[in-house]
Amino acid sequence: MMLRRWIITLLAALVALVTIAPLLWMLSVSFMAPGEASGFPPPLFPANPGLDNYRTLFGSFGIGRFLANSLLVSTLATGLALLFTVPAGYAFAKLRFRGRDATFRLLVAALVVPGQIGMLPLFLELKAMGLVNSYAGALVPWLAGIFGIFLVRQYCLSIPDEMLEAARIDGASEGQILRRIVLPILTPIIVTLALFVFLSSWNDFMWPLIVLADQDLYTLPVALAAMSRQHVQDNELMMAGAVVTTLPVLILFLSLQRFYLSGLLAGSVKG
Amino acid sequence: MMALRRTEEARAGWMMTGPALAAILVFFALPAAASLILSFTDFDIYALADIGNLRFVGLRNYQRLVENPLFWKAMTNTLLFVAIGTPFVVLLSLFAAMLVNSRWLRWRPVWRVALFAPYVTTLVATAVVWRYLLHTRYGLVNYLLSLFGIAPIDWLGSPTASLPAILLFVGWKTFGYNMIIFLAALQTVPRELDEAARIDGAGWLARLRHVTLPAIAPTVLLVSVLTVAAMFQLFAEPYVMTQGGPAQSTVTILYFMYEEGFKWWNLGSGAAVAFLLFLCILAVTLVQLRLAKRGGAI
Repeated sequence: MMLRRWIITLLAALVALVTIAPLLWMLSVSFMAPGEASGFPPPLFPANPGLDNYRTLFGSFGIGRFLANSLLVSTLATGLALLFTVPAGYAFAKLRFRGRDATFRLLVAALVVPGQIGMLPLFLELKAMGLVNSYAGALVPWLAGIFGIFLVRQYCLSIPDEMLEAARIDGASEGQILRRIVLPILTPIIVTLALFVFLSSWNDFMWPLIVLADQDLYTLPVALAAMSRQHVQDNELMMAGAVVTTLPVLILFLSLQRFYLSGLLAGSVKG
Repeated sequence: MMALRRTEEARAGWMMTGPALAAILVFFALPAAASLILSFTDFDIYALADIGNLRFVGLRNYQRLVENPLFWKAMTNTLLFVAIGTPFVVLLSLFAAMLVNSRWLRWRPVWRVALFAPYVTTLVATAVVWRYLLHTRYGLVNYLLSLFGIAPIDWLGSPTASLPAILLFVGWKTFGYNMIIFLAALQTVPRELDEAARIDGAGWLARLRHVTLPAIAPTVLLVSVLTVAAMFQLFAEPYVMTQGGPAQSTVTILYFMYEEGFKWWNLGSGAAVAFLLFLCILAVTLVQLRLAKRGGAI
């Protein structure tokens, strides 16, 4: 029994090590001197760890600008997505109005349609609205988050109706009920949803690539992809760029993983 | 009084869902539907400059696609990604979930988070990392293989190795997500059932086949449907790692659509590609559901 415990745990540790090895390697190479990683056998640790690559990135490449763009777009996307989807999710779960169930069934059906199907017309639509090549254009898809509505609705179903009825009898308006009674109950799922939207919009690539033409507006993934096409040989520099791009979301996930993983299960139950 | 409250409730219902529904209509439903209409037009760079140049061309975009070898290349590549990638990712995820679910495992939460971490990383960033890991001469992957006496593989430079190379990356990036879903399902399998089979002398594989898999069959279906859809939507992976090459061996449907639409500005033809992609995903998902129904999984 004891032996079995150690074998299984050792196996898990080995699999975990192989899984995070690419991330550790990325971090290690980002501290190496230019050209150092191109040796055989490939070095695992920098001989003289230094921050030169990061200095070049923030200095001559101006990655700070892209970092700021990413922060701005993801923060706004998160705020707007919450503003649009949280009240809708609550209303679909708890408020009685005509056409509610039919509308919701339509939304369920729409989940099969991948967002990329409408990308070309959406581009033309935003072009007509003058939103192409602007932050607003990059934000637009996050307003239409059907998944968020689901997640919030699912959670709201467990709120007892008596609680809302009691508030109504006390003379609270529907808006007051949402703000004072429902929102506090929803805190955990709001944190989860905010985390989902922030990470997805931060990591999103295809839509910002299409809608942002001006280099000054690039988000980190778009800028990094463009850089990687021009600087194929600069291994160490690119690794530093990858660290700047992915470390913020990795840290955010690690610090709030409880919310993330529980929400992921609540969301997949819909299937 | 009561009736008044009900009207107020209904009005609040529409006011709270209204903004979200309007956004979904304008930025999701309308563009998706317009894709079909756009695919019947010759929308190109001239129409982009002056809408007066736009004409309806019926099915000509579809006809031209059928005659385009690169379209068929993209189609076959994508189907290969789906056919090879789906079982690969599902098995990888199931293996990881069973390992993490093992009753003999210590410090379970640590391993769970470590295996899940790649999923939350930025795809473009880790694709860049993997491009260097898969480098023929200086990459860690080939170095590890060389320890077992395997000659260097030109992962991203040979048309036969490029697809497995990208799948290796996709598997690494996504298995943690499916693992979490599998874990939740595995925890519902009664331990006593497994224990009883073990006392009856059933081996590890027999218990997997006759106890565990039947119990989690609906989850296997869910995960494969999700994975198939994800495999149909590969874009950033080839964009960053191979730019569709070598010899167009990693041009996916979405990559083809992107180039058609935003590199050559053939938006009509690009929309036709998008619509065909949608039909493919729909068809494969329906087939999977039917197979599962026949097999009694749901």
